[in-house]
Amino acid sequence: MTGISFTHESQPARPTGLLAWLHLDLPLLTGLMLLSGVGLLILYSAGDQEWALIQRQLVRLGIAFGVMIILAQLHITHLRRWSPWLYIAGVLMLVAVIFFGQTGKGAQRWLDLGFFRFQPSEMMKLALPMMIAWYLAEKRLPPKRRRLLAAAIMTLIPVLLIAKQPDLGTALLVASAGICILFLAGIGWQLISLFAVSMAALGPVIWFFMHDYQKRRVLTFINPENDPLGAGYHIIQSKIAIGSGGLTGKGWLNGTQSHLEFLPERHTDFVFAVISEEFGLIGIAALLALYFFIILRGLYIATQAQDTFSRLLSGALTLVFFVYLFVNIGMVSGVLPVVGVPLPLISYGGTSLVTILAGFGILMSIHTHRKLLPT
Amino acid sequence: MAAIIVTLTLLLLLTRMLYLQVLNHEHFTTLSLDNRVKLEPRPPTRGLIYDSHGTILAQNLPAYSLDIIPEKTPDIDATIQALSEIIPINEDDRKRFKRLRQQRRRFDSIPIRVRLSDEEVARFAVNQHRFPGVDVQAKLLRDYPLQEQTAHVLGYVGRINKQELQRINASNYSGTSHIGKNGVEKTYENQLHGNVGLQQVEVNAKGRVLRVLENQPPQPGENLHLFLDMDLQAAAMEALKDYNGAVAAIDTRTGGVLALVSKPGYDPNLFVEGISSKDYKALRDSLDKPLFNRAIRGQYPPGSTVKPFIGLAGLEMGVVSFNQQTYCPGFYQLPGHDHKYRDWKKTGHGQMAMEDAIIQSCDVYYYELARTLGIDRLHDFLTTLGFGSRSGIDLTGERSGLLPSREWKRKARREPWYPGETLITGIGQGYFLTTPLQLATATATLANRGQRIRPRMVKSIDLPDGTREATRMESTQLSQVDPEHWEQIIHAMQQVVEGLRGTARRIRSDHYSIAGKTGTAQVFTIKQDEEYDEATVDKRKRDHALFIAFAPVDEPRIAIAVIVENGGHGGSVAAPIARKVMDRYLLREASTPTRLH
Repeated sequence: MTGISFTHESQPARPTGLLAWLHLDLPLLTGLMLLSGVGLLILYSAGDQEWALIQRQLVRLGIAFGVMIILAQLHITHLRRWSPWLYIAGVLMLVAVIFFGQTGKGAQRWLDLGFFRFQPSEMMKLALPMMIAWYLAEKRLPPKRRRLLAAAIMTLIPVLLIAKQPDLGTALLVASAGICILFLAGIGWQLISLFAVSMAALGPVIWFFMHDYQKRRVLTFINPENDPLGAGYHIIQSKIAIGSGGLTGKGWLNGTQSHLEFLPERHTDFVFAVISEEFGLIGIAALLALYFFIILRGLYIATQAQDTFSRLLSGALTLVFFVYLFVNIGMVSGVLPVVGVPLPLISYGGTSLVTILAGFGILMSIHTHRKLLPT
Repeated sequence: MAAIIVTLTLLLLLTRMLYLQVLNHEHFTTLSLDNRVKLEPRPPTRGLIYDSHGTILAQNLPAYSLDIIPEKTPDIDATIQALSEIIPINEDDRKRFKRLRQQRRRFDSIPIRVRLSDEEVARFAVNQHRFPGVDVQAKLLRDYPLQEQTAHVLGYVGRINKQELQRINASNYSGTSHIGKNGVEKTYENQLHGNVGLQQVEVNAKGRVLRVLENQPPQPGENLHLFLDMDLQAAAMEALKDYNGAVAAIDTRTGGVLALVSKPGYDPNLFVEGISSKDYKALRDSLDKPLFNRAIRGQYPPGSTVKPFIGLAGLEMGVVSFNQQTYCPGFYQLPGHDHKYRDWKKTGHGQMAMEDAIIQSCDVYYYELARTLGIDRLHDFLTTLGFGSRSGIDLTGERSGLLPSREWKRKARREPWYPGETLITGIGQGYFLTTPLQLATATATLANRGQRIRPRMVKSIDLPDGTREATRMESTQLSQVDPEHWEQIIHAMQQVVEGLRGTARRIRSDHYSIAGKTGTAQVFTIKQDEEYDEATVDKRKRDHALFIAFAPVDEPRIAIAVIVENGGHGGSVAAPIARKVMDRYLLREASTPTRLH
């Protein structure tokens, strides 16, 4: 087998064997498997050494990797053809959630389809980049202003629907998917800055629409020490966990912040603080290197993609994965406000896991279904 | 392009981690340790106090209080309001809470209600989830089972106040909320308190103790055994009936205080968790002054009870012989003065020698004796018996009384000493003031024929190693004592009780011999030509009745002083009280011990 390195310049020889037959990309697969392994290790510690938790996470990983393998088999042309329909179905379901949704943790996110409960906002994380990529790939790039505006509206519709649930974290991720594609499609810096300015202007408007707990989060982010026992507690405790980890950490299973229940949501959104406390800066550097490897591989796949749709989509999915990482670490280490974004592949929980690995399935499909072209 | 942004952003995150984990590592490590390890004081249990028979006088009983930790309670006023809907909280509770809240730190727990009943504890437990930062605390509360019988002796403990906080070793009192406020509880605070223990514990975010890292158990306070005999104490209380007054009884062989009563008393338990302002006001403003410890702080003119001591002074100083006679016409006049110093018996006693003058309490005899002695010699001799200075008993707040002298008058009044003042000092009036304890101590010195013993409350202390250490007896032998003089005075005092004309003949006992002296102290000065008529004088202006005694005469075991405020005559009111107490002591011992232990 070849192709472990992602840096080689020339067109690789098409790999053969089981992986090739399953349309899997070995570097990506290795990275993802390693990350999931690390995730289980951390989960064992953060979840107070509870085996049941590990077992449940293993089942979810199995399902998610299954979904990834299935998606890798699908040829990208099928996906491209389904893109608009998936998007429309997604938007309709988001509307349905508002009317018939299940309520959980104070927000309506779930749609009960009888046999299983489904979170349409998660599907949107994939459907939106597919839709925009499909739409922009129809005409030559860079896109004209009118088409850009249309793409922006296409992004805004699901984002607003999701924000209304309210699920700020997912809305943010979906929005970032749309922005990433526009960025990849090559819009100019002027437009990006215009966008940034208009977002800043929208701030007060968004503030007005925000729920109390969201407002509190933002205020807490600005000054966590203001309310050390209330809303600021998460951030203060997580910073203590990270800071007290030091260079080498307190050792696996020895994090006092985590094990003595000072750190809230330590096996879900704040799992990064547990890693920092137990493995220190060295452990964090190694973990970030692993993420970096996966992201670079994803971006490499994007550069190797053979059509605009594939290139835009693979680039966007990789960047969304990166946004996950950045937002999560940023919030846990106190540089971003607390929004519910998990640490990809490590945080306990199934829904985002499936979406993320489904995205990587699409990436693998794009990479392994290329036609062999002469160099 | 995208790769560069990703790389830069990841480097940014890494820098943030570097900042937190390396540059600020120490800061966060400290915070983490602060989070995790708590040093908890383990307060010692306070020592118990027993009487001489082993009866418990002060103990520690478990009690529940409802505490609020201000730091953990979002809205304290609303919380208290809501609490008061399930558990009665009155205005005093709120005031105490407010007061304590100003004194304590934000994370200390402060009681809003004390002494919860079991039902109240249960009612709160059901609603506890509604009240973050509010908790029921079980603690040991000081309890005085005999209540007012021991109030003035033991004093009580109360919450440590600001002044006390500066005086005590704060670390030894961490975890302790109470301290001895007066009485034995205050004098022996160091022994009773013990030493604080420490516990280093690992706690979780909810403050629950998970693991004890280090444990240094507290050293409990030492138990005290008093000389106090509750049989005698109760007998004295009972004998005083409704009178205000004081009784001090001393074991003449040891100086141990067998009974120390001040009536009225009060319930010391009221003070332990902070007395309500209404109760306190009632005690403070009562005309009977229940908070006032008459036995050691009450300063009364000794009246005729001082006569044996003046007589002794005359004999010892050689200014008079025992059988030398003086004529009593019913009044006395200083040469060259018109003023008549009256005798209590208007018709006069006739010819009097010292013995008769003591037995019948002839004033004129003592006017003459005092004049012959002069105030200087009188003052010097009475000083050796302990008048005018504190006895040094192991109780706080003792008063010294007042033994007047030329020097004192010049300093305090800026006036010279007048000869007439010597006369009335000779019958225990004028400026002369004594405390009941002083009288009892002087009587004990008389009983011991010149051995003066410092009175003391505590007989022994249980040491931490399990042994019992007896307190030390301190005594001094009066110099230049002629035993014959003392026997003469004692014989005269015996005749006060046993003689046919003795002023206390009604308390004569067939079982043991008693030496005593009655006294009457004027509260209210009658004018030169007025008559003192008991019936017409306002109750609070009536004379105080006094009596001092010791028994048995030849082998004394108990000395006693009794003061009955506004009681009238010493012989009829005060003496029977002393007799009852002495009976309880001497007759019980002669037959069988009445109690176990």
